[in-house]
Amino acid sequence: MNYLKAFQHPDKVFEYIEAIKCCITRPWNIMEVCGGQTHSIIKYALDQLLPDSITLIHGPGCPVCVTPLAYIDKALSIAAQPKVIFCTFGDMLRVPGSQSDLLHLKAQGADIRIVYSPIDAVHLAQQVTDKHVVFFGVGFETTAPTTAMAAYQAKLLRVKNFSLLISHVRVPPVMEVLLSSPDHQIHGFLGAGHVCMVMGYHEYLPLTQRYQIPIVITGFEPVDIVKGILCCVRQLENNHYAVENSYQRAVNEGGNLPAQQLMMQVFEVVDRDWRGLGKIAGSGLALRSEFQQWNAESFFDVSMINTQEAVECLSGQVLKGLIKPPQCPQFAKRCTPESALGATMVSAEGACAAYYQYRRSP
Amino acid sequence: MCLALPAKIISIIKHENNDMLVMGVVDFSGITKAVSLAFVPEAKENDYVIVHAGFALSILDQAEVQQTLDAFVELSAFERINELS
Repeated sequence: MNYLKAFQHPDKVFEYIEAIKCCITRPWNIMEVCGGQTHSIIKYALDQLLPDSITLIHGPGCPVCVTPLAYIDKALSIAAQPKVIFCTFGDMLRVPGSQSDLLHLKAQGADIRIVYSPIDAVHLAQQVTDKHVVFFGVGFETTAPTTAMAAYQAKLLRVKNFSLLISHVRVPPVMEVLLSSPDHQIHGFLGAGHVCMVMGYHEYLPLTQRYQIPIVITGFEPVDIVKGILCCVRQLENNHYAVENSYQRAVNEGGNLPAQQLMMQVFEVVDRDWRGLGKIAGSGLALRSEFQQWNAESFFDVSMINTQEAVECLSGQVLKGLIKPPQCPQFAKRCTPESALGATMVSAEGACAAYYQYRRSP
Repeated sequence: MCLALPAKIISIIKHENNDMLVMGVVDFSGITKAVSLAFVPEAKENDYVIVHAGFALSILDQAEVQQTLDAFVELSAFERINELS
């Protein structure tokens, strides 16, 4: 069975949409947390197929977009050094730093490589012992176990010419920030399915109780998304607010325990700046003291970096769901994926990139 | 970044003395690749797993797949009955 195609079938999407139309009586604003869901929604025009009374608000769940500018500048500083091989995920290359981006630096001769997995960077370090290999690890709880494993293996295999620049972030604290804002317009959430695949969903129970809001754990294919919306609308129409798992084929309540254990062994929870959103308490993961030998921030002196954000960029408002990308005066004008002002225009999960790719007027 | 895709485990390559280094060859609908199975120690050959950044992070519950694809029909029928009543 092709598990992707089965969950992309238009007939099934339309049946769920019909079910939503049957049960909805009032307007509802639903935020999809994850940028991967935003891309599916815009790509498959799900927002245009749904009843007008549902407004989808795009959330801050794009780790590339929220990686603090200081870390992009640190990455650029490290990658520019001689005898360094700088590895990261492909999404990070076009993310604008204060002065440049990794792709331009690569064009100028820096050894910057895209890897599929953080483990590939560890293996590279084992093969190229006369250079120092750095892996730039960003991402939510989905990705954090994979960089935790890179740190674990580097320590286990005593790989000394390898280090990690870590800027991982956690989803629950940013949801709490959005909900604690007095002017938020969110009635329900589609929870990030793959984050919950790792972490389970017990962390969301206090949020539903405290803010009386439904959180429906949702997958990424069109059928998954409309099913998640149906579950959310049914809760809203019935005045329910609970965590509901609508992505049961991948997610269970406890999540992936071996992955969580390794994350706890390698990382500690820290406060973290989010690009466009500011500092959020307890929202980041950083290497524990036992792993400082593999911390690129200890290995390279990058503490005195001055950052400068592009003033015209409204990505902070996009990430909070306050505006849609085309409402930004620079959208598809000064700001394009080839020459972006903000990270939301370059990431595969960025809302601006989704609208640019699928919803731009010719 | 959180993109993760289902793949079928074709073979498991155990590590002689460390379970955290177990790998598996998986098939993404025609493309095969070696990925880490360290986070799914109970996975078996022919299981479907969800893979992210070179790691299987969840064993796909095939019974739940069928239930989701079947359940919506009953669900929407139920909603229609509600609407009529």
